[in-house]
Amino acid sequence: MERAVEAGRELLGPDEILRVEDLRVWFPLRRGIIDIITGKPRRYVRAVDGISFTVKKKEVFCLVGESGCGKTTTGKAIIRLVPIVGGHIYFRPNRSVLEDLWGHGAEVLEGGVVDIAALPETAIKPLRRSVQMIYQDPYGSLNPRFTIEQTLEEPLIIHGLGFTREERVELVARILEAVRLVPPEDFMGRYPHQLSGGQRQRVAIARAMILNPELVVADEPVSMLDVSIRAEILELLMDLRERLGVSYIFITHDLAVARYICDRIAVMYLGKIVELGDARRVIEHPYHPYTQALIAAIPEPDPENRKKMRNIRIKGEVPSAVNIPPGCRFHPRCVAFDEKRSELEAYCPRREPPFEEVEKGHYVSCWLYSR
Amino acid sequence: MPLLEVRDLKTYFFTLAGVVKAVDGVSFTLDHGEVLGLAGESGSGKSTIAYSIMNLVPPPGKIVSGSIILDGVDVAKLSESELRSKIRWRKVSMVFQGAMNALTPVYTIGYQIAEPLIQHLGMTKREAMERAAELLEMVGLHRSMLNRYPHELSGGQKQRVVIAMALALEPPLVIADEPTTALDVVVQAQILNLLKKLKREKNMSIILISHDLSVIAELADKVGIMYAGKLVEIGTAEQIFNNPQHPYTRLLLKSIPRLRGPVDKLEYIPGTPPDLRRPPPGCRFYPRCPMRMDVCNEEEPPIIEVEKGHYVACWLHAKR
Repeated sequence: MERAVEAGRELLGPDEILRVEDLRVWFPLRRGIIDIITGKPRRYVRAVDGISFTVKKKEVFCLVGESGCGKTTTGKAIIRLVPIVGGHIYFRPNRSVLEDLWGHGAEVLEGGVVDIAALPETAIKPLRRSVQMIYQDPYGSLNPRFTIEQTLEEPLIIHGLGFTREERVELVARILEAVRLVPPEDFMGRYPHQLSGGQRQRVAIARAMILNPELVVADEPVSMLDVSIRAEILELLMDLRERLGVSYIFITHDLAVARYICDRIAVMYLGKIVELGDARRVIEHPYHPYTQALIAAIPEPDPENRKKMRNIRIKGEVPSAVNIPPGCRFHPRCVAFDEKRSELEAYCPRREPPFEEVEKGHYVSCWLYSR
Repeated sequence: MPLLEVRDLKTYFFTLAGVVKAVDGVSFTLDHGEVLGLAGESGSGKSTIAYSIMNLVPPPGKIVSGSIILDGVDVAKLSESELRSKIRWRKVSMVFQGAMNALTPVYTIGYQIAEPLIQHLGMTKREAMERAAELLEMVGLHRSMLNRYPHELSGGQKQRVVIAMALALEPPLVIADEPTTALDVVVQAQILNLLKKLKREKNMSIILISHDLSVIAELADKVGIMYAGKLVEIGTAEQIFNNPQHPYTRLLLKSIPRLRGPVDKLEYIPGTPPDLRRPPPGCRFYPRCPMRMDVCNEEEPPIIEVEKGHYVACWLHAKR
């Protein structure tokens, strides 16, 4: 969509914190001995296959899609947990992290911006102070042998924040209060198994927040929790955004949750963003046939629903990310394509649709709207 | 006569750390062709009810008291061999949670569906395979799937196979325990459509267990809300969704993010469910209830019929 470099514009606008440009994350498949002998080319799982978006300061930017669409891989790429094949991730950290990154061999671009995708291995540790992640499963993401205090003190020790133990304990107590695990003394000595799922997720949030990051990637942070406490965790995340000024990349499969907390939504399908725009607008007025099907499929607590069949306009199953269909990658499942086959035959199966603005700030990648 | 009548069912788990009262005095009935949705948080005892109806409660769990009358027979009193020959598969079958793992990886799909037909109906292998093919087609899969192995199928396809298995002997009651929980929304909607179609065509009774009230609303005629081993409210889907009476049900409904309509503030229920080894003396929701009164902590609330077929266990409705 926006090509910053060519246009000679700034890499990041003043209100932006992150710009992802044509990001690609491919995982190589193992080749058999016969493949190597016959010289077959290496094949890849194209988990993320050229996506672009920006995140504004204090924004909640949502990546939505079904399992396997590449939303988690995108999140992991932004904190450099997976090898990046191509593209750029421009990010503007605060002054002290920037100096630290520079000291560790990172190239600093115009306007105090770094390209996360191009950071040398040595600079990844200082990056973590600015970009953190919250994982889906609070049962798996906490070390069962660490007390809550040890879990929260660890990042401080690693990053050399808080010079004395007293100082660190003070910081731990303060973050526990911020995530409303009060009084903090009651929780510091406990182990994860002594906490409920919601409390564990608060600890995981505290661990991400204790370094005062500017951007937090929250990967399905409420989907493992009971419905009755989800709203509490979402409210906490929004409260921390206000208080700490953090931006979120919120990854979820649940569009209803996205509607409540997200400013903008990007809908992903098979490694691409198919639609991007204001959260409520995308949900109320989706353009892309895939987004439309996704929204039509979501159940709601209305007993009238049982009297009718749901009309889901989508065929077949998600293809493998190894053999991505040519042209628009959604066309083999697209009902709209079938209905207007004669018109669309020359487009959908042949060429990838461009990512175009259909109304202000609302982008769609579909041949129905850009011929 | 109802198809199923559960009366004062108590299923406890005798663990080393104490007796966990997972299901503690639950009663309900289910008619032919009716779908009952059981909703509740994790650990509320909804799956334990399902296992009790199959009389398959895993040790150290045991049905302590109560009766489960299915088609005139008390399932809780039958021996293992009687259960196998008369009840399971024939009268009631179950679609287990995490159906992906309910299939054995070493047999073909066809063989796994055919096995109960051979065992229970004495069909020959050829007959059973033919019937298995019909069952696959009924759940929307191609008969060529017969020769496939589970790893060759997607999650949604496996879920369809497990549903086909549950229907093999056409039991009057099917229990579906979180049948769509691990699936993507599109596949979930397809599976729910399939269950709707089967219910209509076969006049099957279904007990649908889910933590997700939206999924329950897609299918259930009657809804029961579980909390900490108790059924706190039960009624028709309209009564529960449009006129909930128990404070827990009300909060639960307000905590669901909705896709349409105004974006109201989401509610949540502070605190956690009680430890079922030492439940509170009175109402089990007392510690988290915004409407609590003194009596709630002293005595268990009686079950009151607030309107026809709508029962609530709450002191707000009981006259003392």
